[in-house]
Amino acid sequence: MGMTIAEKILAAHAGLSKVTPGELINAKLDLVLANDITGPLAIKEFRKIGLDLVFDKNKVVLIPDHFAPAKDIKSAEQCRDIKEFSREQDLAHYYEVGRNGIEHCFLPEQGLVVPGDLVIGADSHTCTYGGLGAFSTGVGSTDLAVGMAMGEIWFRVPESIKFVLTGKPKNKWVSGKDYILAIIGKIGVDGAQYKAMEFTGEAVTNLSVDGRLTMANMAIEAGAKAGLIAPDDKTIEYVKDRAKKPWKVYESDADAKYSEVIEIDVTDLEPQVAFPHLPSNTRSVADSTHVKIDQVVIGSCTNGRFEDLQIAAQIMKGKKVHPDLRAIVIPGTQQIYMQAVNAGLVQIFVEAGAVVSTPTCGPCLGGYMGILAKGERAVSTTNRNFVGRMGHPESEVYLSNPAIAAASAVLGRIASPEEVL
Amino acid sequence: MQILKGRVFKLGDDIDTDLIIAARYLNSSEPEYLASHCLEDLIPQLDEKVNPGDILVAGRNFGCGSSREHAPIAIKYAGFSCVLAESYARIFYRNAINIGLPIIVAPEACRAIKEGDKLEVDPREGTIINHTTSEQYKGEPFPPFILEILLSGGLIPHVAEKVKKGD
Repeated sequence: MGMTIAEKILAAHAGLSKVTPGELINAKLDLVLANDITGPLAIKEFRKIGLDLVFDKNKVVLIPDHFAPAKDIKSAEQCRDIKEFSREQDLAHYYEVGRNGIEHCFLPEQGLVVPGDLVIGADSHTCTYGGLGAFSTGVGSTDLAVGMAMGEIWFRVPESIKFVLTGKPKNKWVSGKDYILAIIGKIGVDGAQYKAMEFTGEAVTNLSVDGRLTMANMAIEAGAKAGLIAPDDKTIEYVKDRAKKPWKVYESDADAKYSEVIEIDVTDLEPQVAFPHLPSNTRSVADSTHVKIDQVVIGSCTNGRFEDLQIAAQIMKGKKVHPDLRAIVIPGTQQIYMQAVNAGLVQIFVEAGAVVSTPTCGPCLGGYMGILAKGERAVSTTNRNFVGRMGHPESEVYLSNPAIAAASAVLGRIASPEEVL
Repeated sequence: MQILKGRVFKLGDDIDTDLIIAARYLNSSEPEYLASHCLEDLIPQLDEKVNPGDILVAGRNFGCGSSREHAPIAIKYAGFSCVLAESYARIFYRNAINIGLPIIVAPEACRAIKEGDKLEVDPREGTIINHTTSEQYKGEPFPPFILEILLSGGLIPHVAEKVKKGD
């Protein structure tokens, strides 16, 4: 019996020739990541273990991105805590505001994660790196503390579900975001609980690396432990000039065992909108255009990459943001910000009446930089629309791709790009 | 692990970590601060209503969403002795065990138990007695490795013991 890509990566890092789902293993970690929210708690737990130093100063990454640049004094102290720890431990990969970005945009961009890696991060969207063919998963601060100390943690080898996406969407605005929203809509927010999702098929391979990272990013929204896409030429092209270390390509065997195989033909798929208050609550955009909105957010670890900004700018170019609405554009990293400046995208956004923010997770989790008041509604390219996610418990978040978000910003209600262009 | 006794706070399906502890409070990791805002958008003034030992009972996919360990910490320090749910989100499950909060998978019990019921839970055996209805249930027992962590009082004491022994 063959193995899936997830099983192969876990086996290799556990020093085993084979693993099977359900097995508990100890596996060695290539990278351990935390941010300004989860890092301080992880450091506090690390201190209790009784070791002075992290397992490898080159493999622990701390990024202030959630409430950074600091939103208040307490947040500033949390940012200071991870910086001080980074200096004390002489970490090679601490990145200060102005030289970093949203962690899951930043790490792939900088080549800090590569195909074949085993990564844990104290952030649920660590599963993003599956888009490069790495096994990466979110953990809490205590698991992270143990990872920082020992360089390995225990895993239960997950079963895998294979998704085969066939066809070419007729609607040109359909993106990786719509594929993953459609999948979550189909299987539910616990449809892949404890499992690895493996995304395959021509519709997936036709996506850019940015689009693949978006898909893998939201695997957690179906409860998955990881979301993986086998590396191909596009992946290697993306990785080769960025990689700070060697990579390894793993692919699933033809006779690998899956708990389920789900085929989806995307030919007639329309852009998706996830209604409050679950990412699985999806409808096509055509069924959503009655919803009036107060705010649009374009950014986040899900959709804050250059391609996302390009698409939004294409729709907002020469248009004006609706007079009653705020549009907030957040490039995922400093490098993406610079690219957006050089390509004229920032000018398009500002001329349209949007604000362009420094990279931060801020509004996605209701931190700052775009909090919703009671009764307000937002269309957001982020990943969660839970009750109170972006502000007041009686506010609402509608999730979409960047094209829908940009069109909605112009019309002040959920809209298709066709209505604007 | 001791026998736990408390009154039930009943919740529904897909209770996410934003509901358990909203991100607006994540500028701190102080347990008491987090506990004072635990589940506040769902049960206002929870801290005035919970008696130490009370038990959270929920539906499917409890703790979905973010990896914030602040969520089980808030629950633990709010005074809850354990959580029973039909199923858990993966990261929340690990986090709860890691900080020494017993959480039990008990689908049948969770469907039957009502708000305000008085329960007695043996986390080691997974047995649940509902003293209000005199019904008894069996939750899923912990795998031995998980039980070992819980008996150490959480993952950090568990690992610290090993480090001390030089394993």
